[in-house]
Amino acid sequence: MSLFGLYNYWIVVFLMMAGFYVVVAHENLIKKIVGLNVFQASVFILYITVGKVQGGTAPIIGENFTIYSNPLPHVLILTAIVVGVATTALGLALVIRIKEAYGTIEDDEIAALEEEP
Amino acid sequence: MYSYLVLRVVAKLLMPFILLFALYVQFHGDFGPGGGFQAGVIFAAGFILYALIFGLQKAGRVLPRGILRFGIALGVLIFAGVGVYNLLVGGKYLDYSAMAQNPVHGQHLGILLVELGVGVTVASVMIMVFFTFARHRNTKGSD
Amino acid sequence: MTEHLAALQVVIPLLCAPICMLVRYRDWSWSVALFGSWSCLAISWLLLQQVMTSGVISYHMGNWVPPIGIEYRIDEINAFVLLIVSAIGAIVTPYARESVRAEFGVNRVYMFYTSYMLCLCGLLGVTITGDAFNLFVFLEISSLSSYVLIAMGKDRRALKAAYQYLILGTIGATFIVIGIGLLYAETGTLNMADLANKLSKNPINKTIGTAFGFLFVGISLKLALFPLHLWLPNAYTFAPSVVSAFLAATATKVAVYVLLRFLFTIFDIKISFGVLPLESVLLALSIVAMFVASVVAIFQPNIKRMLAYSSVAQIGYVILGISFININGLAAGIIHLFNHALIKGGMFLAVGCLFYKIASVNIDKLAGIGRRMPLTMAAFVVGGLGLIGVPLTAGFISKWYLIIGALDRGLWWAAVLILLSSLLAVIYIWRVVEVAYLKPSPDGNNHIEDAPPSMLIPTWVLIGSSIYFGINTDLTVGVAKQAARQLLGGG
Repeated sequence: MSLFGLYNYWIVVFLMMAGFYVVVAHENLIKKIVGLNVFQASVFILYITVGKVQGGTAPIIGENFTIYSNPLPHVLILTAIVVGVATTALGLALVIRIKEAYGTIEDDEIAALEEEP
Repeated sequence: MYSYLVLRVVAKLLMPFILLFALYVQFHGDFGPGGGFQAGVIFAAGFILYALIFGLQKAGRVLPRGILRFGIALGVLIFAGVGVYNLLVGGKYLDYSAMAQNPVHGQHLGILLVELGVGVTVASVMIMVFFTFARHRNTKGSD
Repeated sequence: MTEHLAALQVVIPLLCAPICMLVRYRDWSWSVALFGSWSCLAISWLLLQQVMTSGVISYHMGNWVPPIGIEYRIDEINAFVLLIVSAIGAIVTPYARESVRAEFGVNRVYMFYTSYMLCLCGLLGVTITGDAFNLFVFLEISSLSSYVLIAMGKDRRALKAAYQYLILGTIGATFIVIGIGLLYAETGTLNMADLANKLSKNPINKTIGTAFGFLFVGISLKLALFPLHLWLPNAYTFAPSVVSAFLAATATKVAVYVLLRFLFTIFDIKISFGVLPLESVLLALSIVAMFVASVVAIFQPNIKRMLAYSSVAQIGYVILGISFININGLAAGIIHLFNHALIKGGMFLAVGCLFYKIASVNIDKLAGIGRRMPLTMAAFVVGGLGLIGVPLTAGFISKWYLIIGALDRGLWWAAVLILLSSLLAVIYIWRVVEVAYLKPSPDGNNHIEDAPPSMLIPTWVLIGSSIYFGINTDLTVGVAKQAARQLLGGG
């Protein structure tokens, strides 16, 4: 398998690092949540890649097929996606309330407001 | 937005099909692709479309907050209740085989009920999330 | 019904959560939560008895045989952690009635109990499950509900704290999923016992090493191992009093259990401590945590923040015990999980009583409060003695075994450092004592008296049991040693 043959994993690593960078580097609270979503998406791709069996079809039993992809990682990642949606919704709800309380969603401005007492 | 006739007509036409498709995905989930999560989200999408076109107030009259809150709790109760029922009839937790005379029937019935619970909760939560966010901006705007 | 106890342990709080949401009338949701948390305590007690007499319990969810199905697997260590979590839950709920009503406003009380029950369900689920992915799901249930609980704090900074915890917690959880995914790719199983079995047969390769790295960092974030503790001080400081007490006593403890499970049961000791120089990493980090967090605690003007930093230091002691990898060290870590849960839970409850009466947790507002609220402050002081590790308190027992563990290992200097760091605890506890007892009380405080009995009794139950377990160590030391032996032997 050549280096390029594993391109799924390169995408995973790229998305993971990009998302993580956004979470760490951006001051805007919404952008942090976007970064978090990208970060989580990389994991979804990782799991789905793991589930793929070479030459396998969708895991629905039929007469003409003998090799099926592994459905378990898909089910697992469906759960992880639901968790991700819940996290995003909660995060956004918190951002709205932060905006109400502080009048801004920039992390550094909030920190400055907290300094004042 | 209220004056766009095309949107209103198309939305009215689409609504029943979206809801019907949600029910299909819900109840066909144990034979083919589908299930509670997907069905719940599709069902919620139908109502969110309605709310987008006809306004939050009308949508809120169809599904008041109390009903949504009840739906969220009810779905979890169905899910956990099916499990407890299995315990009471002598199986393990969520062991659907104990639910009917024939284990295969039991499995069918069990997964159907559990997915129904999931569907109810997911749909209620999704609509609730949308309403909460959307209403929020409305109240802020009017201040 | 006894065979189903393992399932009921998680299902009862799961059922109580939606019921709390439905019965919003007056105190009904509180009664439901009370019922839920006390039945959890009863179940976990029965489970511990069962495990101690007849060995490991395995419960197959939906009657699907593992490793295909999800298995609930209870041995000594998680039976003990289940008891810790449910005992704290059961003691905190009666306390919550007054405190939550005062801090939340009547209309939002039911939301508190719903989230609280979900959080309890998640924490118990993490502890009881024998399936790696199921563990992640329960971990997220408990984390999401604890973000909600923290955001319910009155101060606007609670929102910011909850957001920060959400971001860091989700990163931690995602790291854990990546680790579990890589393990699944390598072995094709998610059942913990099966994973352990397959990993011990496979040669160690890069995938396993990477999985281990991700899991270790992810879990360390959740348990607030120094320097990944940044979310903890704010979260505990601005959360409602009950939530601080509950989370401080349970959430990090469960995360430590998960770390133990992965280090000793799933990965061999050979992998855990062979791939990376983990032993020295844990040793160094825990000692730094003990000192840095204690010193930071000394300079905090806010009592809750002080206790939060002290928690980071105490987690350092637990991890230090684990890093010795011998029976006494590991047992000390497990004993300290229990003792610290009692002590810190009790102290946060005492601080909650203060907040209930004087609506502030700043140390300079506490002048002379020791004479106005004698029972509350006495509880705080006795808890503080436990943190320091004075003989006849539970904290002494933990430190005793920790020092024995260090000496068994030949690390006499670690034993000296443990004693030195205890002196730092003396300083930060003394600061509070000095202000509360020796300073004159301002005139405006004359009407203040002790908190109502429904809050004082739970506080004293926790503090009192920390004394009881400092004198009678049969339960804690007995169970902890057996658990340590099992972890080391099984590994």
